Amino acid sequence: MNMEKINLARKLIKEYHYDLKAIDKGYTGRTLYVNVGSHDIKEKSVTQLIKDKFIGGKGFGLYYLWQAVTESTRWNDPENEIVISSGPVGGITQYPGSGKSLVVTLSPLTDMPMDSNAGGYFGPYLKFSGFDALELQGKADKDVIIFINGVKGTISIEEVPNEDIDTHIFGEQLTELYADNEEDKRNIAVISTGTAARHTNIGLLNFTFYDVRRKGTRLKQAGRGGIGTVFRDKHIKAVVIKVAGVKGNENHPVDKLTLNKIGIKMHKEIHDLDNSQNRMRQIGTANIIEVMDQYDLLPTHNYKFGAHKDTYKISSRVFTAKVTQNSPDGCWFGCSLACAKAADHFELKTGPYKGEKVSIDGPEYENAAGLGSNLGIFDPDAILELNFYCDTYGLDTISFATMTAFVMECYENGILNKERTGGLELTFGNIEAAFELIHQMSRGEGFGKIVGMGIRKMKEYFVKEYGADPKFLSDIGMEQKGLEFSEYLPKESLAQQGGYGLTNKGPQHDEAWLIFMDMVNNQIPTFEDKAEALHYYPMFRTWFGLVGFCKLPWNDIAPANNKFTDEPAKIPEHVQNYVDVYNAVTGMSIDKHELIRQSERVYNFQRLFNIRMGYGKRIHDKIPYRAMGPVTMEEYESRQERYDRQLVEHLGYDPANKTTEEKMKVLREYRLDQYEKLTDAVYKRRGWTMDGVPTAEKLQELGMDLPELLEVVKKHV
Amino acid sequence: MKRLAKKEELCTGCGECEKVCSQAFFKENDREKSCIQVNEEKIKVCNQCGECIAVCPIEAIYRDKNGVVRINKKICTSCFMCVGFCPELAMMMHGDMLEPFKCIACGQCAKACPTQAIFISEEV
Repeated sequence: MNMEKINLARKLIKEYHYDLKAIDKGYTGRTLYVNVGSHDIKEKSVTQLIKDKFIGGKGFGLYYLWQAVTESTRWNDPENEIVISSGPVGGITQYPGSGKSLVVTLSPLTDMPMDSNAGGYFGPYLKFSGFDALELQGKADKDVIIFINGVKGTISIEEVPNEDIDTHIFGEQLTELYADNEEDKRNIAVISTGTAARHTNIGLLNFTFYDVRRKGTRLKQAGRGGIGTVFRDKHIKAVVIKVAGVKGNENHPVDKLTLNKIGIKMHKEIHDLDNSQNRMRQIGTANIIEVMDQYDLLPTHNYKFGAHKDTYKISSRVFTAKVTQNSPDGCWFGCSLACAKAADHFELKTGPYKGEKVSIDGPEYENAAGLGSNLGIFDPDAILELNFYCDTYGLDTISFATMTAFVMECYENGILNKERTGGLELTFGNIEAAFELIHQMSRGEGFGKIVGMGIRKMKEYFVKEYGADPKFLSDIGMEQKGLEFSEYLPKESLAQQGGYGLTNKGPQHDEAWLIFMDMVNNQIPTFEDKAEALHYYPMFRTWFGLVGFCKLPWNDIAPANNKFTDEPAKIPEHVQNYVDVYNAVTGMSIDKHELIRQSERVYNFQRLFNIRMGYGKRIHDKIPYRAMGPVTMEEYESRQERYDRQLVEHLGYDPANKTTEEKMKVLREYRLDQYEKLTDAVYKRRGWTMDGVPTAEKLQELGMDLPELLEVVKKHV
Repeated sequence: MKRLAKKEELCTGCGECEKVCSQAFFKENDREKSCIQVNEEKIKVCNQCGECIAVCPIEAIYRDKNGVVRINKKICTSCFMCVGFCPELAMMMHGDMLEPFKCIACGQCAKACPTQAIFISEEV
């Protein structure tokens, strides 16, 4: 459908006028509520209590979602909300990585609160338009676009034709439609999803922003947990926002000079050191593909292995050559770490856009590992094209990759066959089958529709329909809490098993990435050490999502003298930067300890929110054995020397004259026991019961003894 | 390409250039608001190399018809990446101003320099 047709068919359903007002110290002091079912639009005040306890971003998202739902609300009920918020620091331009949007909703995959963050301009523009958060509730009869005009102070709900459009087209069209002229396009941000979001549970939300150098829209994603699926279920086609322009003082910080100075210090650090450290400006997160392979951590063939002989074909050097513009790209103003990459003029070989030349955002590491080695695909162009279709169709790349890896292993084990897959030969490395699967998801057809349910539901389906062995599926299905694992192999790092398993939303590495500290550098040898790390890092990293920061400039660049500090892994100078930036914006005077407490309040709130929804306890923190050790003989025997040695060193067990099955059984018991001991230690450190429930004492200590939380605790302790 | 060239061996560190510059641009005598800054006879000033043009993601920095690197303040978002990435450390920031500022080779300071340590050059 072209834009002219949309434009002609647009029908204004509701217009709401509001007063534009300046932001004060990072907050507008109000939020925006839009109900797309009843067309109710209203402003809500942000109280001091909300600011003190929930800070912003994910904290605000969880707070408003809690108010909106009950224990029995499911993801597709009208009362479920999608809440978007940046946070008090979000939108400053001086410090790299300060434009994140945090999105919270009840997930179709996990049935619990999901949080996912995205770059792009939407979150900051929402604040510049006058709102600390946006709540989207209800379910529209027909497709709607919501337009927030932060220049005029109006919000409109417009009805548009009920037809799905993929994001690489739609984002561009809406930017064109709502901008006054070419110069104004940078002032437009759009959130939308693509054709596959309606047919799968892994729909993502695309955040477009206008790249003035490319003269085209770019995409960043709130990828995880099916937020785009909720968005389409609400019949929201897009939310468009427009601002008058961006300056470095939009937040009205209390101390702009300090922001300038700390920002410039970071820009200089990145200028001087990035080339010799992580090359983020050159290739972004994909810099680690070959490093992961080298340490046996690159997920390969559904996480069976951590390396592959063909990894060189998809190494960061190969992708560097594919990235066309040769100038570093950020996804928010002032991000000098600039990890956003794009391959321009890429000619598509498959699907509805076959033959067209497009710009592809990426690849990021997760895409290359997930769509590449984990599927046994070592063709960089195929990875880029799958990446493109995931984005434009609105599919979470990580879930798509991990789900596809799962069905490929099921296929190779005979659980699936051509008859069951509708003719798809889903063996590892079959590029054609992977493409057909993704196009089926867009069309809502065939086996793609079954895979699009997610691994948790597929496991039930394969047991019920095909009589598959539930234990085997449970071992190899790399999901936990309903969410697919992200793309690191945690088998040899107990701490990272906890980093995936002992999380709020599911196995995503944004809470803790401890593999090098644990496995490579052996810096956290005891259970207590690991538990301390699994307390500190999740709390520290949660904080980024409260205030509007991106995680990457924290430790993907480090000061020259970092290795001589007391705790190099924490990057102490950068932690202090964050404290200083936060104080300079808000006028508060927190220190690095209060920073952790701010996160702890929200982290425990989210844990109790999960428990309120019927999840979030010890039983839900268990992970599939594939994440912990070798499930199959093939895996054990491929690293037999390592596993045999461990049996001797850790258990005094002599592997000589033992069958692989016998050795696997002993290793399995040991590793399962280790995970339980780790869980005990982590719960203790976090102030939880051994069933994983935050205690009333812990809540009191944090100043989070809110009546609604104590009620949940009372029910479950 | 027009630029302010320098012969540091002639500089006496008298600070006249800083006074003239901050007067010309900001109508006050404050070396922190000068586009040229002298420290121990080291003269810090833009040589119009233009590296900042590529650094700025929103094309707020450009080269004018005389070859001078200029900032379009209207679209500058005050991120100061250009300050951190300037190889000469000659892109300036001051808390009173939203945007960075820099030498535009106007030549006022050169006229005031008593030793001709700075002068306008057209050489590439």
